[in-house]
Amino acid sequence: MIVEIGHYALVLAFALALIQSTLPVWGSLANDRGLMSIAPSVAVAKFLLVAVSYAALTWAYLESDFSVSNVYENSHSLKPLVYKISGVWGNHEGSMLLWILILVLFSALVALFSRNMPQDLVASVLAVQAWISAAFILFVLLTSNPFERIPSPPAEGRDLNPILQDPGLAIHPPLLYIGYVGYSITFSFAAAALINGRLDALWARYMRPWSLLAWIFLTLGIAMGSYWAYYTLGWGGFWFWDPVENASLMPWLAGTALLHTASVMEKRDALKIWTVFLAIAAFSLSLLGTFLVRSGVLTSVHSFASDPQRGVFILAILVFFIGGSLALFAWRAQTLTQGGIFAPVSREGALVLNNLLLATACATVFVGTLYPLALEGLTGAKISVGPPFFNYTFVPLFVPIFLAMPLGQLLAWKRGDLLGAAQRLTLVAALGFVAALAFYGMQGGPALSAAMAGLAIFLIKGSFVEVAGRIFVKGASPRAMLSRAIGLPRTAWGTAIAHAGVGLCLLGLAATGWGVEKIVAMKPGDRASVGPYEVTLERVSPRAGPNFRETVGFMTVREGGRVVARLEPSRRDFTARTMVTSQAGILTLWLGQFQAVIAEDKDGGIDTRLYWKPLVTLIWLGAVVMALGGALAMTERRLRFGIARQSRRRNEQAADETEAKQGNAAPAGARVQS
Amino acid sequence: MAAALALAVTALAPPPAFAVRPDEILSDPKLEARARELSLHLRCLVCQNQSIDDSDAPLARDLRLLVRERLKAGDSNAQVIDFLVQRYGDFVLLKPPLKASTILLWVSPFAVLLLAGGLLLARARRRAPDDAMGGELSASEVAKLSALIDKKSP
Repeated sequence: MIVEIGHYALVLAFALALIQSTLPVWGSLANDRGLMSIAPSVAVAKFLLVAVSYAALTWAYLESDFSVSNVYENSHSLKPLVYKISGVWGNHEGSMLLWILILVLFSALVALFSRNMPQDLVASVLAVQAWISAAFILFVLLTSNPFERIPSPPAEGRDLNPILQDPGLAIHPPLLYIGYVGYSITFSFAAAALINGRLDALWARYMRPWSLLAWIFLTLGIAMGSYWAYYTLGWGGFWFWDPVENASLMPWLAGTALLHTASVMEKRDALKIWTVFLAIAAFSLSLLGTFLVRSGVLTSVHSFASDPQRGVFILAILVFFIGGSLALFAWRAQTLTQGGIFAPVSREGALVLNNLLLATACATVFVGTLYPLALEGLTGAKISVGPPFFNYTFVPLFVPIFLAMPLGQLLAWKRGDLLGAAQRLTLVAALGFVAALAFYGMQGGPALSAAMAGLAIFLIKGSFVEVAGRIFVKGASPRAMLSRAIGLPRTAWGTAIAHAGVGLCLLGLAATGWGVEKIVAMKPGDRASVGPYEVTLERVSPRAGPNFRETVGFMTVREGGRVVARLEPSRRDFTARTMVTSQAGILTLWLGQFQAVIAEDKDGGIDTRLYWKPLVTLIWLGAVVMALGGALAMTERRLRFGIARQSRRRNEQAADETEAKQGNAAPAGARVQS
Repeated sequence: MAAALALAVTALAPPPAFAVRPDEILSDPKLEARARELSLHLRCLVCQNQSIDDSDAPLARDLRLLVRERLKAGDSNAQVIDFLVQRYGDFVLLKPPLKASTILLWVSPFAVLLLAGGLLLARARRRAPDDAMGGELSASEVAKLSALIDKKSP
């Protein structure tokens, strides 16, 4: 019964989405306040209905209700509780429902936090959101229904894919989806601006926090996915230029570009058309990613053609939204005026350069990902585009970005002084150079790693030069400097920290060149030395888990004879799916990691792979620092979602009080009309 | 990353990763290093975008052994690659070769950069920022300005 309620709630949510997608637009075009005003409440109601639907599916998982086909296919009564909850999105149908849940949550947030926005903008934004949610709810109801029942329910489920029985599943998809779907808001803002024909700095100010929010979560989601792959797949790789990874990287690149142009638009009213285009592009690329992952087109063009129902549906959604928004863009963009003039050497100019390089990088990933599909579809020829391609094309684009980042921060708006900015960076550049030499001296080759590490040091230190210049003034007391530091806009700190995060990430990437790997067959009692550490395999013995059995290699890691840690890498045999997974033993030592992976036991001993990867955690910590910088920028007073509303409420309260004193109480509902 | 998730969706679980086995490793460390480098550029044909160095599939193992055999027989890196391309086609190469069918692939990143960069430069030059920002005022602007000043100070 509860499952049917969930199904029904989803159908009702679809009906509400249809209402929300039509009446408010009509209202905004006909200037009918009544029609426009329904949008926020419908958005909130739609969110509640989808939440009920999602909760119903979760309930079916918790209860192990195997009469529901989706639960039977992906769950098991013995599965640990956390995987019963996260397993809801560990499959196609459930993950689409999560996608929708986050989408309507964002609509509800816009409805709740945008009362200070012009009503027609809110109405149009929510309407565009509703088009997207209507399309996806219909997709789930027609082709991917998670509530389908099995006539004669089996007694036991088929269990969740063991690879997914990992905390990574609980964290990675929600973060990534919040990022993907977050860009639907910036998309809706862009579409609304094009529909209403109004695009100004104020629009950028409303849109900017949403683009930051989406970017923060997408950054964390990608980093989390990369770390998950690193420790699960267990061969030390963390990024494979896999089409699925590229699908998340493209919106990130477009979103990063958007973040930067939005700041130009908000402050200087320039780059408007390009900002709108990026807002459309970021979400279009998210949709493209959804299509690539969900349609099966990646496995093979032919598998897509043999079961085309879902793929064609998503393709239709893709064509409608991307095609529609681009057509709208082509039609209306000419009517938008360009404001804010600037010299080529200026903060704006630096951000244009940043956008040029990021957009090219994004185009490179786009071509590299889709070219093999297109070529096979057109000519039947099969080629592979793998890491070497991207190392030759994508990576070189980032070197100028890294070099220009600290420089751009130091240029003034409108017209900057390139020489002055370069002079302020001489010390930092020298430091970076010395660091490169020191790294080369300490760690030895490859020279590229040392050069990149030096660049990373330049970037990390250079990120703070601008902030430092605003704090340290000759002759100022420490107290005065502290208050200056606190008084700086949070966006300045956010920029500095996020840029330093990029530097940290680069340092981690550079350090992969100094990693040590050892592949040996080990018998109990054997020792192997890897980098500065010595590993002893103590014994190999079986152990039972809740829904698997495992073979564990018990290892001791020593440094200079002293025991540092004990590791238990294992191979897990999942009975329900007769699948084997490998569980790496990982030891984090300061910023580096020691990793041990074992394979099957043979008479010659157990095959063991040992890694020492110095500074590797910086790759992901750098991403976390980037997200922190973004979060700090979001707390900027000017950008906070509800800020205008709060101050207005305060004003109203004050007004109410004065009026009350005058014995002329204002009607309590006065605000409802505004 | 999402590789794992995507695989779950396409129900193509990857085998537990344990690519290169101890018994495959060549005794000559120089040859072995060349074999590893080559392996990174060769695709495991039955996997999703994995190199044979990363993959645990039996076919990947066969290819790794084949690469090592050819190297031991004295082949140069290019000869090994040619041999594999002859057997399996361009699909086996993770770095697509430059030919008529892939020219667009290789050229487009640079084309995008040059085209967009060129457009921006042309625009910046056409806009001649000195006119817009701080150049001499035109006669009509001077007239307007003095009219405003006169109005402000009666």
